[in-house]
Amino acid sequence: MTEPVLSVRNLIVEFPTRRGVLRAIDDLSFDIAPGEVLGVVGESGAGKSLTGAAIIGLLEPPGRVAGGEIRLAGERIDNLSPERMRTIRGKRIGMIFQDPLTSLNPLYRIGDQLTETILTHEPISARAARDKALRLLEEVGIPAAETRLSAYPHQFSGGMRQRVVIALALAVDPQLVIADEPTTALDVSVQAQIIALLKRICADRGASVMLITHDMGVIAETADRVCVLYAGRLAEIGPVRDVVKRPQHPYASGLMAAIPSLAGDPDEKLAQIPGSMPRLGAIPRGCAFNPRCGYAFDRCRTERPDAYPAGASQAACFLHDAASALPPEVAGRAAEAGIQVARVPAEARP
Amino acid sequence: MIAYILRRLFQSIVVMLVVGLVSFSLFRYVGDPVATMMGQEASVADRAELRERLGLDDPFFVQFANYLGRAASGNFGISYRLQQPVMELILSRLPATLELAFVSGILAFVVGVSFGVYTALNRSGMLSSSIMTLSLIGVSLPTFLIGILLIWLFAVELRWLPSFGRGETVRLGYWTTGFLTPSGRASLILPAITLGLYQMTLIMRLVRAEMLEVLRSDYIKFARARGLSNRAIHFGHALKNTMVPVVTIAGLQLGSIIAFAIITETVFQWPGVGALFINSVQFVDIPVMAAYLMLIALIFVVINLVVDLLYYAIDPRLRIEQSGARH
Ligand SMILES: Nc1ncnc2c1ncn2[C@@H]1O[C@H](COP(=O)(O)OP(=O)(O)O)[C@@H](O)[C@H]1O
Ligand code: SF4
Ligand SMILES: [Mg+2]
Repeated sequence: MTEPVLSVRNLIVEFPTRRGVLRAIDDLSFDIAPGEVLGVVGESGAGKSLTGAAIIGLLEPPGRVAGGEIRLAGERIDNLSPERMRTIRGKRIGMIFQDPLTSLNPLYRIGDQLTETILTHEPISARAARDKALRLLEEVGIPAAETRLSAYPHQFSGGMRQRVVIALALAVDPQLVIADEPTTALDVSVQAQIIALLKRICADRGASVMLITHDMGVIAETADRVCVLYAGRLAEIGPVRDVVKRPQHPYASGLMAAIPSLAGDPDEKLAQIPGSMPRLGAIPRGCAFNPRCGYAFDRCRTERPDAYPAGASQAACFLHDAASALPPEVAGRAAEAGIQVARVPAEARP
Repeated sequence: MIAYILRRLFQSIVVMLVVGLVSFSLFRYVGDPVATMMGQEASVADRAELRERLGLDDPFFVQFANYLGRAASGNFGISYRLQQPVMELILSRLPATLELAFVSGILAFVVGVSFGVYTALNRSGMLSSSIMTLSLIGVSLPTFLIGILLIWLFAVELRWLPSFGRGETVRLGYWTTGFLTPSGRASLILPAITLGLYQMTLIMRLVRAEMLEVLRSDYIKFARARGLSNRAIHFGHALKNTMVPVVTIAGLQLGSIIAFAIITETVFQWPGVGALFINSVQFVDIPVMAAYLMLIALIFVVINLVVDLLYYAIDPRLRIEQSGARH
């Protein structure tokens, strides 16, 4: 097996506050293979952005990585000095933020922001950096790139600005690109173009992508694998077809059922998961999802599930724990709903 | 751009007309110039003749127009007290005030911006806290008290610096400067600090607040994500964006510095226009007061205009939208 580009192991992110320590990311592990696009989904507040910030080393104090490891191509990067980490940002990990309207410095010309980034990481002449900036603008599809080099951000539309942001994030060929809801702030009509551009340009360079988004349609079209987060914890991770079509974690299955385009019959009422995701500091004991889960049984309220193999995926849910039996009634209902429960008691088999 | 400048010029002229009206009214409503000029024992006929000669019986608008016309050509009449043309008096005192204001302004700007940036970048440091505390004192103590404290410490106790006057000056054409002699430079230090302290703390607090705001912005976060050095981020991206609003306000402060020089000049017996004005008030020397008023207003208006244009030059968003609107 090839070594993953990114490997996150048991990541914990905490915020010390006056009323105690808030754990925003709790024991999260996942890998991204070379050239792979990993979609990261979850409700707002699930910890998607914090995971990205932790990887690139830009958690805002007092937030901090309190445990676990982050490895980039095998090299540990969560404990590097700020100066060493700076040489990784931009150079080996590129980041794209949500709002292209505010991501660019309004007082700097586009060309200057590009050449500045290139010259920070590559020992080339200003002339060569400018040529490279020009090629980048052409590559991301900015018309009349030569003259646009000297334009200011406000002279571009939102979609064009996000193209510039992509050019900036990929200016020095990073191995990994973290895109945090790159199209949420954009007009619907340009969202698909931007996602297609991102996918193409990363594929051309063999860069892996961590694509954070709300949009399951985008995930279904773009991602190779999907990671579903809930309350700062992993719910399910697996190949995109499996997670979307045959979700194995009750939360993931609720999430997929709530998507119009994937639910099938347009007249069918969208399933809604009752309740809402707990705030930090109010996360229940045991499985974080248990108050909202239709399958929850005693164990879910006291013990925290590990990630267990579940079909082609991994799901952090006791329904998939092969080491202990489930209450027959729960197992029966889960199996009926398409969840491949690990150990179905004999009397519950259909 | 041209339309914008013309509009701003027009506004400036309106402001100057209003101030002209106020300064002209001083003549009509504060004291009686005839009584002031002729004394108690003049006859009624003499008084009437003088009124006639001075044009005091003309209709209001004729008098006002004449006044503005003379003011525009620099003729503000003769000082009651010193019996010299007012313009001459003011021009001879102006270099002292402008040099003081210039040094105070530079001091306030350079120190204010440096401290503001430092305290924004080192928010929890010991030195930052001390600077912030001192700056509170700077804004809350009245100027004259700061001046007196500085005189007491550096002139009386330590005997390092002179406590009053401009020291030796050198004449360069119309201009007398204190910059060229050691005693002139030494004399500038205490009054410049006194005059600039308030503006310095103001600029510092403004820069700090603005910079903290900018450091939280998305484009700074994105600049960090691109791996730019702290230096490029702090002193390039963040500082440049911080300075846009700061330059405007700092520029406008220069006007206040010149206006507030009155107090500092009085405390340090600085021979500038502010001290001239205070003496004129004591003697109800209306022509000098009126001219001073117009002069300060003119300086404010010019500074405002320059600052507006500067703002325009710094911020590409303003610049390009305007030129874009033309084609
Ligand atoms: N500075 C902070 N202090 C305390 N809690 C924070 C801070 N920043 C984020 N959080 C919390 O961390 C959780 C995850 O946030 P985030 O990663 O932004 O969610 P999302 O999945 O929507 O991107 C949220 O519950 C949020 O309230
Ligand atoms: S562990 Fe229990 S509560 Fe949690 S998702 Fe699975 S069944 Fe539901
Ligand atoms: Mg987010």
